[in-house]
Amino acid sequence: MALARAFADPVHDAQQTFRAVMNALARPGTLQPVAGLTGAPAPLSPVAAAVAVALADYETPLWLDGRLAAAPDVAAWLAFHTGARIGAAPSQAAFALVADAGILPDLAGFAQGTDVYPDRSTTLIVQVAELGPIASAAMRVRLAGPGISGHATLAVSCLPADIADRLAANHALFPRGVDLVLAGPEGVAALPRTTRVTLVEA
Amino acid sequence: MTVHQTASGYNFAYLDEQTKRMIRRAILKAIAIPGYQVPFASREMPMPYGWGTGGVQVTAAILGSGDRLKVIDQGADDTTNAVSIRKFFEKTSGVETTTHTADATIIQTRHRIPEKTLTADQVLVYQVPIPEPLRFLEPRETETRVMHALEDYGLMHVKLYEDIATHGHIATTYAYPVKVEDRYVMDPSPTPKFDNPKMNDCAALQLFGAGREKRIYALPPHTKVVSLDFEDHPFEPTKFDHACALCGATHTYLDEVITDDAGGRMFVCSDTDHCEERRAEGHRGELLGEAPAAIAGAAE
Amino acid sequence: MYVAVKGGERAIDNAHRLLAHARRGDPAVPEVAPAQIREQLTLAVDRVMTEGSLYDRDLAAIAIKQARGDLVEAAFLVRAFRSTLPRFGASEPVDTAAMQVARRVSATFKDIPGGQVLGPTFDYTHRLVDFLLEAGADVPEPARAPADETAMPRVTDLLGHDDLIERNPPGDPDAPVPDLTREPLDLPAGRDLRLQNLARGDEGFILALGYSTQRGFGRTHPFAGEIRLGEVEVELFSEDLGFAVPLGDITVTECQMVNQFKGSATEPPRFTRGYGLAFGHCERKTMGMALVDRALRAGELGEEVKAPAQDEEFVLMHSDNVQATGFVEHLKLPHYVDFQAELGLIREIAGRQAGDEPLKEAAE
Repeated sequence: MALARAFADPVHDAQQTFRAVMNALARPGTLQPVAGLTGAPAPLSPVAAAVAVALADYETPLWLDGRLAAAPDVAAWLAFHTGARIGAAPSQAAFALVADAGILPDLAGFAQGTDVYPDRSTTLIVQVAELGPIASAAMRVRLAGPGISGHATLAVSCLPADIADRLAANHALFPRGVDLVLAGPEGVAALPRTTRVTLVEA
Repeated sequence: MTVHQTASGYNFAYLDEQTKRMIRRAILKAIAIPGYQVPFASREMPMPYGWGTGGVQVTAAILGSGDRLKVIDQGADDTTNAVSIRKFFEKTSGVETTTHTADATIIQTRHRIPEKTLTADQVLVYQVPIPEPLRFLEPRETETRVMHALEDYGLMHVKLYEDIATHGHIATTYAYPVKVEDRYVMDPSPTPKFDNPKMNDCAALQLFGAGREKRIYALPPHTKVVSLDFEDHPFEPTKFDHACALCGATHTYLDEVITDDAGGRMFVCSDTDHCEERRAEGHRGELLGEAPAAIAGAAE
Repeated sequence: MYVAVKGGERAIDNAHRLLAHARRGDPAVPEVAPAQIREQLTLAVDRVMTEGSLYDRDLAAIAIKQARGDLVEAAFLVRAFRSTLPRFGASEPVDTAAMQVARRVSATFKDIPGGQVLGPTFDYTHRLVDFLLEAGADVPEPARAPADETAMPRVTDLLGHDDLIERNPPGDPDAPVPDLTREPLDLPAGRDLRLQNLARGDEGFILALGYSTQRGFGRTHPFAGEIRLGEVEVELFSEDLGFAVPLGDITVTECQMVNQFKGSATEPPRFTRGYGLAFGHCERKTMGMALVDRALRAGELGEEVKAPAQDEEFVLMHSDNVQATGFVEHLKLPHYVDFQAELGLIREIAGRQAGDEPLKEAAE
């Protein structure tokens, strides 16, 4: 397996990717463009790979969902490019990478943080096929909360049908809870624990 | 590959990439939990603790080559520590700097929020000396962090109420505590309470860095930020009876300048960029032309 | 349009030129070389390495020169440099029992295997200013004796054989070593983190706290079990080779205090330990450190926590002189804005108490 450099320009590209994730979390529902890492081994998506390489390192245990864990190239590639320990238990993971958004695991199984340290929680990086304010995706959600003036709408595919209920349960734990970074083909959008999510009927 | 090394021999924006990642992760958590102080492994910086090391680390972690950076201290671009920090980033990152609020993508500040309304394209980075709003009521970190966890802010309300009993009103004029999204009580850093209303529903992302105390916190855009008060003693921002002597503004925070030893004084905008912009637009204060150059700036 | 920004830059540049000039002093006097500092102001170098948390005599010497002899400033320079260095790993624990001893004294036993070794010490010097140093003079060769091959076991190990002193908790070789310089301090801290904090802590602060325990503020009934100074080998475990590789020798000072412990419901009375370790020859520092270490174990040993030296948060949060000097000295930065806010308030309150209208200038 060829293991070339992940980012062509590690300093600049990591900064750009981080800024996209930062803006996505600061403005839930907005699509923030990310230049994907085309060298990422399938089924790891180029955008999810860029986010992982920009943020993970030996201090951040990673959890991979079933589909990613079943592809041995993925774990080796992530370990090489981030130095992160792969295969952490969900409750110990700093980041969780999910390729199969349709069978997103129970959010309560990930690190939720504590009342004293709610930041000690997992950030999920969830790959989705379609993402954007006006994508013709299967699901449209309405968002409200910090980072949003009034409300925002996000179109997204692949997420389970009960996602709004699950995110509501996550939101109810505030300040504990997990944060979701959705990785679409062109960029990222985020659903932090502060965001109130409701399904928009088609 | 582009080599992001400046003449100084250090990495782009001084910090190594591992440190930046660690700070970036803390920033993301801070945004996800508005008003909560995220512990981070603050590094020893080449400037003293208490002189902006927290703000400098936050700025260094978010800064990119396309950014335009403005640094202010007390509202002014020309205060010595603002000059020093701006120079640090010019030297270590080579990014463009500006004194114009509207042109900046990142504004690092100590003690003020610019007068000009910030936009969605901007990030305001605060330098924070003591991030814990309860610190002067309870010096122990082990106690205050439990108070935050339990949302137990009774001590703060008692303090504010004692102010009212003693002085007839809340006697806190800067670092005036706020409540964020009805959950965390937060220290806005030692900005004057005049600036508190600007934090609420602000279009820009606001990041707070406390280097010595090793904490980062954040206000996402359009976050509800309420200054603590009581129904019968509502929060009132400071108002001045004066207009700026240079630009005539009546809505800005003013610095008092002693002009002689016989009680002479004048009041001028603390936000120097805002004041200059108003003068460039033709606004005239009553002492413009008479004020010493050290205050008014050199000839326009 | 506005040149004050440039003016501020010029002021700073000029101030720093003046600083360089003041640092140099009278140009008729030869400039001091870092090698002279390294060789002749060795205790200053040792303190700067210890509080700077970086063992590099040459770097510390340059820092002392750059800081004009201000050792806190020099430690700050060293630390700022240190924070940019890549980290390759954590060394194996140094074995002070295997130290090449230059000095070793025990106050608890008249004679011990390996003997008492006074070594280079100010102890028993009469503090009379030596005016011969003004002109400089050749120093006599040190006295020499055949090398003594007798092992020098640590006094605390000797006590340990008789089970008279608490056992050191067995170390878990797989447990990660916390690093105060890479993680924010989380309280309550383990003893490992506390010792890191004290080792980096300001010598004066640690000394004063240790002294306070002797005067009754958290008394620990200490005996100087042993103070030893000498060279120890630093080794790094190599994953590739599968064994530890020596990196070199460093000089350290170690102090082991032996303290009374009256016992508890579950523990028989036995001696307890207080520990101090520092780079170079830092005897005062390690002795103070060992006293404070023992005082900070009050909670663990079931003693009442009431004195400053026993108060973990108070000690650990205020021991660092780089943090302390930064925050104390930041008060000289401009505070016009907050001061104006307070000025308005004071005028208003004063005006109201005098029954007058608030001053015209007063903020509401």
